[in-house]
Amino acid sequence: MSYKAKFKVWRGEGGEGKLEDFTVEVNEGEVVLDIIHRLQATQAPDLAVRWNCKAGKCGSCSMEINGKPRLGCMTRMSTFEEDETITVTPMRTFPVIKDLVTDVSFNYQKAREIPSFTPPQGVRPGEYRMQQVDVERSQEFRKCIECFMCNNICHVIRDHEENKPAFAGPRFLMRIAELDMHPYDVADRQESAQEEHGLGYCNITKCCTEVCPEHIKITDNALIPMKERVVDRKYDPLVWLGNKIFRRPK
Amino acid sequence: MSQTTSDAPVRRQRAQIKVRTLRTDRWWLAPLLTFLGLSAFLVYGVWAIFDTPYYVPGAEYIAPFSSPCLATSCPEGARLFGLAPFGDWYTLPPGLLILGLPGGFRLTCYYYRKSYYRSFWLSPPACAVQEPHGKYTGETRLPLIMQNIHRYFFYAAIVIGAILSYDAILALVHKPLGLGSWILLLNAVLIAAYTLSCHSCRHITAGRLNHFSRHPVRYRAWTFVSKLNAKHQPLAWASMFSVMGADFYVRLVAKGIIAFPYA
Amino acid sequence: MEIERHEYDVVVIGAGGAGLRAAIEARQQGKRTAIVCKSLFGKAHTVMAEGGAAAAMGNVNSDDNWMVHFRDTMRGGKFLNNWRMAELHAKEAPDRVWELEAWGALFDRTKDGKISQRNFGGHEYPRLAHVGDRTGLELIRTLQQRVVALQQEDYEQHGDYEAYIKVFAECTVTRLLKDGDRISGAFGYWRESGSFVVLDAPAVVLATGGIGKSYVVTSNSWEYTGDGHALALLAGADLINMEFIQFHPTGMVWPPSVRGILVTESVRGDGGVLRNSAGERFMFNYIPEVFKDKYATTEEEADRWYTDQANNRRPPELLPRDEVARAINAEVKAGRGSPQGGVFLDVSTRLPAEEIRRRLPSMHHQFKELADVDITAEPMQVGPTCHYIMGGVEVDADTGAAAVPGLFAAGEVSGGMHGSNRLGGNSLSDLLVFGRRAGAGAAAYVDALPARPKIGQEQLDEAREEALAPLQRTGENPYEVHHELQRTMNELVGIIRKAEEVAEALEVVEKLKERVRLVGAAGSRIYNPGWHLALDLRNMILVSECVARAALLREESRGGHTRDDFPGMNPEWRRKLLVCSTADGSSITVEEKVQPAMRDDLITLFDRDELKKYLTDEEMSEFDGISK
Repeated sequence: MSYKAKFKVWRGEGGEGKLEDFTVEVNEGEVVLDIIHRLQATQAPDLAVRWNCKAGKCGSCSMEINGKPRLGCMTRMSTFEEDETITVTPMRTFPVIKDLVTDVSFNYQKAREIPSFTPPQGVRPGEYRMQQVDVERSQEFRKCIECFMCNNICHVIRDHEENKPAFAGPRFLMRIAELDMHPYDVADRQESAQEEHGLGYCNITKCCTEVCPEHIKITDNALIPMKERVVDRKYDPLVWLGNKIFRRPK
Repeated sequence: MSQTTSDAPVRRQRAQIKVRTLRTDRWWLAPLLTFLGLSAFLVYGVWAIFDTPYYVPGAEYIAPFSSPCLATSCPEGARLFGLAPFGDWYTLPPGLLILGLPGGFRLTCYYYRKSYYRSFWLSPPACAVQEPHGKYTGETRLPLIMQNIHRYFFYAAIVIGAILSYDAILALVHKPLGLGSWILLLNAVLIAAYTLSCHSCRHITAGRLNHFSRHPVRYRAWTFVSKLNAKHQPLAWASMFSVMGADFYVRLVAKGIIAFPYA
Repeated sequence: MEIERHEYDVVVIGAGGAGLRAAIEARQQGKRTAIVCKSLFGKAHTVMAEGGAAAAMGNVNSDDNWMVHFRDTMRGGKFLNNWRMAELHAKEAPDRVWELEAWGALFDRTKDGKISQRNFGGHEYPRLAHVGDRTGLELIRTLQQRVVALQQEDYEQHGDYEAYIKVFAECTVTRLLKDGDRISGAFGYWRESGSFVVLDAPAVVLATGGIGKSYVVTSNSWEYTGDGHALALLAGADLINMEFIQFHPTGMVWPPSVRGILVTESVRGDGGVLRNSAGERFMFNYIPEVFKDKYATTEEEADRWYTDQANNRRPPELLPRDEVARAINAEVKAGRGSPQGGVFLDVSTRLPAEEIRRRLPSMHHQFKELADVDITAEPMQVGPTCHYIMGGVEVDADTGAAAVPGLFAAGEVSGGMHGSNRLGGNSLSDLLVFGRRAGAGAAAYVDALPARPKIGQEQLDEAREEALAPLQRTGENPYEVHHELQRTMNELVGIIRKAEEVAEALEVVEKLKERVRLVGAAGSRIYNPGWHLALDLRNMILVSECVARAALLREESRGGHTRDDFPGMNPEWRRKLLVCSTADGSSITVEEKVQPAMRDDLITLFDRDELKKYLTDEEMSEFDGISK
């Protein structure tokens, strides 16, 4: 059941490089990452690729396969035709270190800029009481394996490097939503989501949701609800007036 | 000697790939179809505004694009509750008075925004396809920051949706066996479903709360709206075609082009 | 050439659960802490843990308490555990789990809003705090975010996120450095650039996980090359219990490329059953004598247990992992296996599809995406996979200190806590409990230190030379050597072991040592996986030799060590630990050591009848003396 597949793999250090052609054996049941590993073991021992769990749980092997961001370990070879040339490139939005490995430090920097979980004063560990329905929304976002493919595909920074300082990307806007919906979080996140983390840059074109390997509904369940919460705070005169008059506690 | 150490200046750059996309599938198909679909709707809408007649007396059909009819220029039976608050100074087509509301609702709708940003503005045309613009600020400044008023259009859309339902029921009462009555009803249902599946509606029911468990009724409403919301895109298209179809059908009946007994 | 140098109080090697918890503790005690990890921050193997963290919180069954948990742990480890560790673990696990919640973790909830707990193999009560079947991810993310929170605090105070805690991601440590007999730092290289880095620190916490990459079929990722085990050996510390390797009974067997990837035990905890090719629920035939009265003997009783645990005994599918793994192995050997060489694990006929998707989302996802199997409609095929090593660095239970001053270890790389076999769910809690203790231990050690140990230039030169060597050779491809090692260990020192086979494996290992000295890595130093593997081989060979030598010596079958030629447990061997060390950095010597007797108040937690199965007559008479 094995056959020879044609691959084009981007190789290079720093930004410079090119697509190199390979012909490589493919066996039944294999995924793209297996083929990259076979290239390492047989033809290009120094071909760089980042990977860990090989089960779609760690989010390390993000790459672009035929132009689409994918996890190498979760892309079955059987989804391609045998005579198809498969192009594998590094994530486009981040600087390349070597071959398929990119410098994803942008994401770690953004993670740091989001204020951490802030529980109310005086609740001791062990005293937390939360209902399942109250944690489910945030739990969905915590399925995130941080493959950073949503940040990679988001055109706000993919096509506009200059927006990077102002925009946290879907991953971390979702993190804000996760904390804002956390039943015990007391930090004020709505104002800063818009002003500091660039929620307004999102034009909800949903590519983040399309590429999410965990099938998290990033746009519908995190970004849009967050935008609506921001509207409550910043753009809705009635809510603003209501809060002024009734001083509703959050 | 070629530099390959960690501080070589070439590092910290993206992979230099010159093509806009390496996608091999027909990524342009979806935005193209969306473009055609939305364009057809716009063209039809402009035509419908200026088209008369739009009312079928007796059967009490009124074309959705012209309802509610609020001016004296409307045929008497077509007026909502017989009212004509705009009096006789208003001589433009009655549709212009109200179409801004459902139009605005759709224009600021989170799904339609996605679809026209992609298909009209190409920002981006499809995922992982480079957009043609040099600059991008999204919805951070005027005019696009106005998208945030979506919820007000939602309130208005509820009213319009209710009027369309009222129209359909009125037609059903007057002509229960009329095909038009049922078409209007189907349209009213789809419009209602689309309106209720709106993201703002989801937020208002309970999305804005952090403790669902303390608001069981609102939580149940949210659960229901969330289910509808997952189908917001198909409902957007279905209701768009149904409103066009129902509108066109009523006009054809009004013009006598369709004239069989159960029309 | 100038080498990048940093000064820290505590260096933690490994950024999995144990490493992060240790680093958090060290930083909370005011120590400048470095975390060094081979992967990106947050990718550690802990994310693979699915079932949950065992902690006797008693949220679901209020009869649960630390003593029950302690008993379960000792029983699971066949009484070979370091009992002090088992005690600390059972007592402290609830606090460690609650603490996570205060750092933002969102566990699944009970009806009254507490942390929900699930059943798991070997645990008497529902005990595992969990989030669906992705508990490990929740744990690593929470700890990662806690580290970030501390960095944010430091930023507020000092204007620098990394003032007190810095992550060296994609950085591999190849040598521990010493000043006399004390630890003085660590030497490593950046995977990204290949340039070297020296961390000058009086205390090093090893938290590098396990050794699974010495086997072909394993649930472990490439990182699991036994680095910490080897670093400790080379620094002069001892390893214990290295013969005990846990083969998880249910790994995927197909497709070949994912062979070994884990199928969580929760599948069985939630009702999944094991069947052979004849459709028989074969686990009923494999209930060992010591567990006879704790497990159901009929399918009817086993099925009733899922809904009424008070009045029924648990199904034999939930026996400890070693028992289930051996049973599956036996069924396959007897020709009753599934088409692809495993057995069937079926949940599709046991639960409604919707329920399966809700309770086992990532398993559903994993099978759908990797094997194109819909587990709500058809059974999975599963077989044993190398999963966890019980053995590791011998440490002091209370502080995590190894024999070398300044060296600490926590998590999988440390040994003793789990005895001869680890219970599912005990590793996540182990990470938290002993990660914290090792971090605190290291901090206290640094406080008590009169002067900072120094790093000698000679050691640095040696380490550098050793690291560069493979790049300067044009020898054999390291992948070949690695494959041969994996095959050897898998076939000859696998689940079932025989003296001749293990001896043969040792011969192969000797030959591989020679070949490792000759492997070459083509290419530059920038992100060169061939070079990285060539360096990791040293560690894998050292550790494999420990496993094989200890396996050859221990002439009994216990937990994660099964000798075909010595079936059954031998109470004499229960008291003995096998201690591995190396004098010359390449050959391993193993010595026997007597395990200290359990403290009186702990041993009396057990029934006499139960102890009788494990202890020698001499020990029993001592027990009778105490319990009177």
